[in-house]
Amino acid sequence: MLEIPCPWCGLRNENEFICGGEAQRKRPADPDRETDEAWADYLYNNANPKGVVTEWWWHVSGCTLWFKIDRNTLTHEITPIEELPE
Amino acid sequence: MTRLANGGVVNRQRRLNFRFNGQEYQGLEGDTLASALVANDVKVVGRSFKYHRPRGLLTCGPEEPNALVQLLSDGDQPNLRATEIRLTEGLEAKSVNCWPSARFDLGAVNDWLSPIIPAGFYYKTFMARPWDFYSRFIRKAAGLGRLPTERDRGRYERVFHHTDLLVVGAGPAGLRAAQVAAISGADVMLVDMQMSPGGHLLFHSREIEGKAGAEWIAEVTAELKGRRNVTCLQNTTATGYYDHNMVLAVEHEPEAAWLRERLWHIRAKKVVIATGAVERPLVFPGNDRPGVMLTDAVARYVSRFAAVPGQRAVVYTNNSTAYEHLELMLSVGISVEQVVDLRATLGEAERELVQRNSIEVVTNGRIIGVEGRSAVRDVRVAGESGIRSVSCDLVCHSGGWNPLIHLYSHAGGKSVFDQESATFIPGEPVQAVHCVGAANGTFSVAGGLGEAAGIAGSLVEELTGKQLGSYSSRPEVAEIPYGINVIWPEKTLKGKAFVDFQNDVTTADIALAVRENFQSIEHVKRYTTAGMAVDQGKVGNPNVIGLVTKELGEQQGSVGTTTFRPPFMPVSFGVIGGSEQGQLIIPARTTPITRWNIAQGAAMDEAGANFRRPFYFPRAGESMDDAVAREARAARNACGIYDGTPLGTFELQGPDTAELLNRLYTNRFDNLLIGRGRFGLMLREDGRFLDDGVTFRVGPHHYLMSCGTGAAGVVYAHIDRLLQTEWTDLKVYLVNVSAGLATMCVCGPYARDVLGGVETDIDFDESFRFMDFREGRFAGVSVRIARVSYTGELSFEINVARRHALMIWTTLMNAGQNYGITPIGSETSGVLRIEKGFVSPGHEGDNITNPFDAGMAWIVDMEKPDFIGKRSLRRDLDLGGERQHVVGLLPDKHRALVADGSALLPDPGGSGRSGFQGHVTAACFSPTLERTIALALLKDGHHRHGEKVLISGLEQSCLATVTAPVFFDPQGQRMRG
Repeated sequence: MLEIPCPWCGLRNENEFICGGEAQRKRPADPDRETDEAWADYLYNNANPKGVVTEWWWHVSGCTLWFKIDRNTLTHEITPIEELPE
Repeated sequence: MTRLANGGVVNRQRRLNFRFNGQEYQGLEGDTLASALVANDVKVVGRSFKYHRPRGLLTCGPEEPNALVQLLSDGDQPNLRATEIRLTEGLEAKSVNCWPSARFDLGAVNDWLSPIIPAGFYYKTFMARPWDFYSRFIRKAAGLGRLPTERDRGRYERVFHHTDLLVVGAGPAGLRAAQVAAISGADVMLVDMQMSPGGHLLFHSREIEGKAGAEWIAEVTAELKGRRNVTCLQNTTATGYYDHNMVLAVEHEPEAAWLRERLWHIRAKKVVIATGAVERPLVFPGNDRPGVMLTDAVARYVSRFAAVPGQRAVVYTNNSTAYEHLELMLSVGISVEQVVDLRATLGEAERELVQRNSIEVVTNGRIIGVEGRSAVRDVRVAGESGIRSVSCDLVCHSGGWNPLIHLYSHAGGKSVFDQESATFIPGEPVQAVHCVGAANGTFSVAGGLGEAAGIAGSLVEELTGKQLGSYSSRPEVAEIPYGINVIWPEKTLKGKAFVDFQNDVTTADIALAVRENFQSIEHVKRYTTAGMAVDQGKVGNPNVIGLVTKELGEQQGSVGTTTFRPPFMPVSFGVIGGSEQGQLIIPARTTPITRWNIAQGAAMDEAGANFRRPFYFPRAGESMDDAVAREARAARNACGIYDGTPLGTFELQGPDTAELLNRLYTNRFDNLLIGRGRFGLMLREDGRFLDDGVTFRVGPHHYLMSCGTGAAGVVYAHIDRLLQTEWTDLKVYLVNVSAGLATMCVCGPYARDVLGGVETDIDFDESFRFMDFREGRFAGVSVRIARVSYTGELSFEINVARRHALMIWTTLMNAGQNYGITPIGSETSGVLRIEKGFVSPGHEGDNITNPFDAGMAWIVDMEKPDFIGKRSLRRDLDLGGERQHVVGLLPDKHRALVADGSALLPDPGGSGRSGFQGHVTAACFSPTLERTIALALLKDGHHRHGEKVLISGLEQSCLATVTAPVFFDPQGQRMRG
């Protein structure tokens, strides 16, 4: 079980969290202007890299904060990248 | 009896009665089932899996492949190893995989048939005819042990533990590592799978630093126990090493008597693996005969349990460790008839030892046969001077050592082959894990102690910053230096030589697999099933790998090894569940009305979000259909009441709330008036249904949202995610208040009269319009009351703090007595929904249907700048084409039984369409219309009203007329009026 560094709560077990997927997927500011291809890409495609990926995690059974971490998909090495919001 | 008069850890004052395979025996306190069987001269302890050959004990530890038993006295537990069962008074066990008994087993006919059932027999043979035919016979023979039929009476628990350093294994290396680390003050946990600490020092006494082994163990153990920063666990097996240094360990028979097992989740900053090694068998014909035992096991039974497995022994070895036990065997009266050594020459220490004790040694020797089916009678030894038979009742063999690198391997580490010790040892570790002692291929005690101290010292230095140099020296230990020369048996030998005892894999099977061109070790493993039995190849795997390498003509170590995966030992389902058994697996959620409902005799059913809700309320003599019909008529003609507490309710506040709702729902909420509610439809970004519900405007920046029971969690996650990750500029607070509120719904023509009969400051007159909501006092408490309808009737929903809910409910029941108030269950709600054709996200709104398909274009405002799902709906519209639409179906037969999910086919006598047309999403008998009605998804359904389709059923099909999806009060006058 991974240990996920929550900016509020510190290192907590993975089963308190829900992984929200890759953070590079950002909702377009004006979806109407997107082509079908670009929209499908946003909806369904992940980069799924071998190596470091920036991910959203949700501390659903804790403080309910959404935050990003860098996770290495090969080694599971995790680097916190977010400071606590002001 | 072959129990020594002195020695061992057994308590000779305390005799224990036990039964094995139906026979009564006596053992001593301190015995395992295996040692008690040895002391009672029981040679045959089980049957092998494939050939049903009689088998005896091979080992004395958890790696035992032969002595698998079904424990009958403590619950009914299959496939336990006799070597691991602590003997208790009245214990009863029997061998698995034999019938009628272990001594005489009918399945043994397979042994004679073995020439026609080689490796891959199943794959090759059972291909031509239907599998169904063979499987009837094969399933009978498959499987080990018997599944328990009764509920497990054992109790289990799980605990979590954090520590600086975890040491696995309390042999000399593990004890030393813990001892050194503990001095620094760091938190240390030491887990060990044996009953007491000491590892192999328990049965192999050596002097360490001038002290006897037992004395050294006692000293170190006492020192550790005296430290508050050290936790020691015995009888505890580390079963798996997971990500981020999480080790799972199962503690057997913890100190709490009511507990059978305890699962430890240990999160350690550093882990030292000192799990030692297990002895490897030699491969020779008949090496599975009862009475053929590993040398190390013989030493364990003798010195730890004072149980002697034989009187006249032949020792067969390819390495030096067997010699260490010769004097022990002689000292307890075992006559060592001969030592057969595969090597050409002995080391100096070994030669001196055999000369001192006048033991005959055959160098360059081979055992080429073992006689005796259920107990060894003699062995045939081939040496430089020819072949000779030697009479004996015990063959001790040693083929070297397998480091227990399982945990290291679980952690992601790869093993490397060490030519000198002819075994796989750990390579570069992946996580914060360090192997020491025999687990690291360091087979001398002195070397292991030095290594453990060195690594523990450097680890705690890293953890605490303290320097502990003095322990890192290598202590003096008297021992024979380790020397091994692996020599594989000639192919010409007759008789089965086993490499995997539990799955009955022989040298011939391995050779066959290689002849058939299986070259990867992983493929050979799966083809022959070597290493795939319950013991996971703990003793046999290196022999399998070695033989494959030899058959391929490669250099030893070059073909790699198979991967070890958790668990190291079988783990019971009970301990995985811990205390989460029975109702605690998923505790059912209740509402304040649940008890009242159950007391009324409601049939309860699973609802979403782990709620159990009343399904229907049968009266005496009523069937389910009767009850549902009565409840539905009450709601349509008089007054119904139901508990809607499981619905989700969210408070939204902040200046941007209206903007948020506009983006979440397909319709507008910014123009909603205060005090009014509006039905909203929420989509996912792909334009498919997420949820629907009514949202009210409480104040300028304050809204109250309700959503479906099952969807509450998903909707909350959806909104919270958008607020925190995408729309961080919106100033909105979202609070889930579902658990604090109770919701009750009163519906039907008399709903107004019932509510008016309760003391309240709220007017329920005509001014209380559809979709209005009001706050006030009701039966003495604060409430919010909304006029919404999920049944199509005049209907009021009462929101109240949970603590008042039961009082409000009973007040309403009393007030409604004269109006025929009737509690209705979820089945009746479903019937009322289908009559009204309200689209349900879980039924009609599947993952394909969009709002246009559902006939809900009226609620989708494509002119809004943006809302979740809009872009995907735009693509649906652009793409066009034929889609499935929501329709109603009226079967020709008024009382037809139609199952949800039934396929729709074209009318055989009608239109030119062919193939699958859609499916029924919900069907029921409508008590109001007195006929069967159904909602369905039908290809191009909006344009087919009036056509006929065939509802395909399992037993009978029936024609139905396609209609608009609303069967009752199409204008909605009843709920709006």
